[in-house]
Amino acid sequence: MEVSVSDFDNLKATELRLGLPGIDAPEKPAPVSPRGSKRALLKANEECWPGTSKSLEADTSNQEAQPMAKAQVIGWPPIRSYRKNSFKARKAEVEAAGLFVKVSMDGAPYLRKIDLKVYKGYKELREALDNMFRCFSTGELSGMEGCNGSEYAITYEDKDGDWMLVGDVPWEMFISSCKRLRIMRRSEATGMPSSP
Amino acid sequence: MAIKKQKELDIEEKSPENRILSFPDEVLERVLVFVKTHKDRSAVSLVCRDWYNAERWSRTHVFIGNCYSVSPEMVARRFPNIRSVTLKGKPRFSDFNLVPPNWGSDIHPWLVVFASAYPFLEELRLKRMTVTDESLDFLARSFPEFKALSLVSCDGFSTDGLASITTYCRNLTELDIQESGIEDLGGSWLNFPESFTSLEALNFANLHSEVNFDALERLVARCKSLKVLKVNKHVMLEQLRRLLVRAPQLTELGTGPFSQDHKLRSHIDLESAFSNCKNLNTLSGLWEVSSMYLPALFPACTNLTFLNLSYTALQSAELAKLLQKCPLLRRLWVLDTVEDKGLEAVASSCHLLQELRVFPADPFEQEVIMEGGGNGVTESGFVAVSEGCPNLHYVLYFCHQMTNAAVATVVRNCPNFTHFRLCIMDMRRPDYLTNEPMDEAFGAVVKTCSKLRRLAVSGLLTDRAFEYIGTYAKNLETLSVAFAGSSDRGMQCVLEGCPKLRKLEIRDCPFGNAALLSGLERYESMRSLWMSACNLTMNGCQLLARKMPRLNVEVIKEDESDDMHAEKVYVYRSVAGPRRDAPPFVLTL
Repeated sequence: MEVSVSDFDNLKATELRLGLPGIDAPEKPAPVSPRGSKRALLKANEECWPGTSKSLEADTSNQEAQPMAKAQVIGWPPIRSYRKNSFKARKAEVEAAGLFVKVSMDGAPYLRKIDLKVYKGYKELREALDNMFRCFSTGELSGMEGCNGSEYAITYEDKDGDWMLVGDVPWEMFISSCKRLRIMRRSEATGMPSSP
Repeated sequence: MAIKKQKELDIEEKSPENRILSFPDEVLERVLVFVKTHKDRSAVSLVCRDWYNAERWSRTHVFIGNCYSVSPEMVARRFPNIRSVTLKGKPRFSDFNLVPPNWGSDIHPWLVVFASAYPFLEELRLKRMTVTDESLDFLARSFPEFKALSLVSCDGFSTDGLASITTYCRNLTELDIQESGIEDLGGSWLNFPESFTSLEALNFANLHSEVNFDALERLVARCKSLKVLKVNKHVMLEQLRRLLVRAPQLTELGTGPFSQDHKLRSHIDLESAFSNCKNLNTLSGLWEVSSMYLPALFPACTNLTFLNLSYTALQSAELAKLLQKCPLLRRLWVLDTVEDKGLEAVASSCHLLQELRVFPADPFEQEVIMEGGGNGVTESGFVAVSEGCPNLHYVLYFCHQMTNAAVATVVRNCPNFTHFRLCIMDMRRPDYLTNEPMDEAFGAVVKTCSKLRRLAVSGLLTDRAFEYIGTYAKNLETLSVAFAGSSDRGMQCVLEGCPKLRKLEIRDCPFGNAALLSGLERYESMRSLWMSACNLTMNGCQLLARKMPRLNVEVIKEDESDDMHAEKVYVYRSVAGPRRDAPPFVLTL
């Protein structure tokens, strides 16, 4: 449920606001403000709305580019706290999102997408790919050391656009340079260069 | 039959000396067992004294919509044989942080009375009550037959309190703690003894910490009557698969995240676990969904009547695929990430749909650019659903833009709305095409939907909207109003025109003392009135309190700055007199 405060601050630094200075968007419910400033808060909202107020300064083209920051009022929109908390959690999860790469397999009708960050090493990657593409292969996949006699080899395209056999470099280096994966027939994989 | 009885009794009343007992009490009590709803039972109790007595002896379930309207002692005095209690506490706007913490509605005094009056109490269902760990412990130890505990939107307890329940309630069938504010001290609360097998329903979906999965798996394996299982975000797909294998008899399932789990042996195994669940009618959870795994669900969707995707940021294409597998769907909750296109898919797949709730994924607009465009839903999605789903009678719809014409079209297509809750999230927003107020939209709703019982309005509204409501909404029971109206007249129209109104909640509207006092005659037939950030003064509230002594008129005063203004006012009928547990910031006038 942590809020990524730094992201939020950066956003705030660049956003256009019509709200009164000092009115922020609180993550927690703000203390109830005395009547006077609450009216001002509401007035700020009215000004935000074109068509109901004549005092609008921002032109409409700006409106398209950056959504107007609305001064936030307690309990509006009426969403219950447990839902709000799950949005925050989701936001945090999205920001910690992984390294998604496409995986294709020769002969398979469609591609898959996997998150390399989820795996701790080559063994887990291999098992996962095995699970995923089992229906398309008769034997085990290989491409790692020590596996022979299987139909397929796992290869990857690196940052330079070259196709390499998976398993040569340390795992961390692999996931930082892997752009996509391809499970190809062993016969086509012979003669493929190993990583320098 | 009932009418005939009434006539016989009328005859009896006329000749008290030669009263013929038409029906011995024992027989009457046996008949009354079949009268179940609390409204019917209240009606029965008003017929005559004999019926009042027969009813009170035979009642086993009591529903108290406002915990301060009556005292626990009064309840115990009137109903000697209660097995099941439903209690509601705080005003609904407390869900949106409008009620300060420590306001009240503590369950404890009730439990103390129940422990002596109803030692065989079996069920307790609470909504918006404060429940402490001490109370949970007291509950667990005081009621040996205790079976079902449901805590919706409650607060004040931690997982330690839950541990008391699981440890001491030997006959527990239901434990449901959804949506409650729980202090999470870790996952070891799930410690039912190994001999315990009676569980039928378990819902801990909103709990944040991981529970002990081994304990959970063993529990599920030995509770053969388990029908409802809703787990939290920490139960991954492989774990879910194992639970499903042990409980194919489930009717309601809440999953954990439906995303990549490298421990999952295979997609096919997951799918096969789901296809064994032939009795599922309710599905929720999902949290994140990876489209790779979604098809595993499909075999279990055939009999689904309720699909709750309100925690899942699903896109329209995925929703469309899923809905095609759910031909019997009656209730659907989604996030607005599905957008209008998703709602069009609803319209084409879900012809039996009766209830739709669309929640905003990003209500506070913290994402400048959301995934996939992210404009939420608009009026066209709303219209599309109404075209495809003629049985729609319940809608909750959060959006940023709406038009009068669209709402009129929606209710023309679906005239049977009983619950119409439209939330245009931008305050006081007019019809975005015509720039006019949204009065005509809600006018159309109340004119067309004669069965309407619950209404929530939004957008720019003048008194005209309330005139419509007062004129046409004759069955209206609950009304929620925010940032609307032009003068006292608005509120007056509603109070004068809606005879069945029971709950009225208003915030940030220009209604003052005159409006408040115009409802003098009404409030005793209502459960409650809430008004915050309106134009009420202490004088006005005091006048109300003086004129209507059987109402509790409470003002919540959180700061001392403006003594005359009544910032938050809560008015409710009560036979228990003023609250004795009011905190210092709640003034009873």
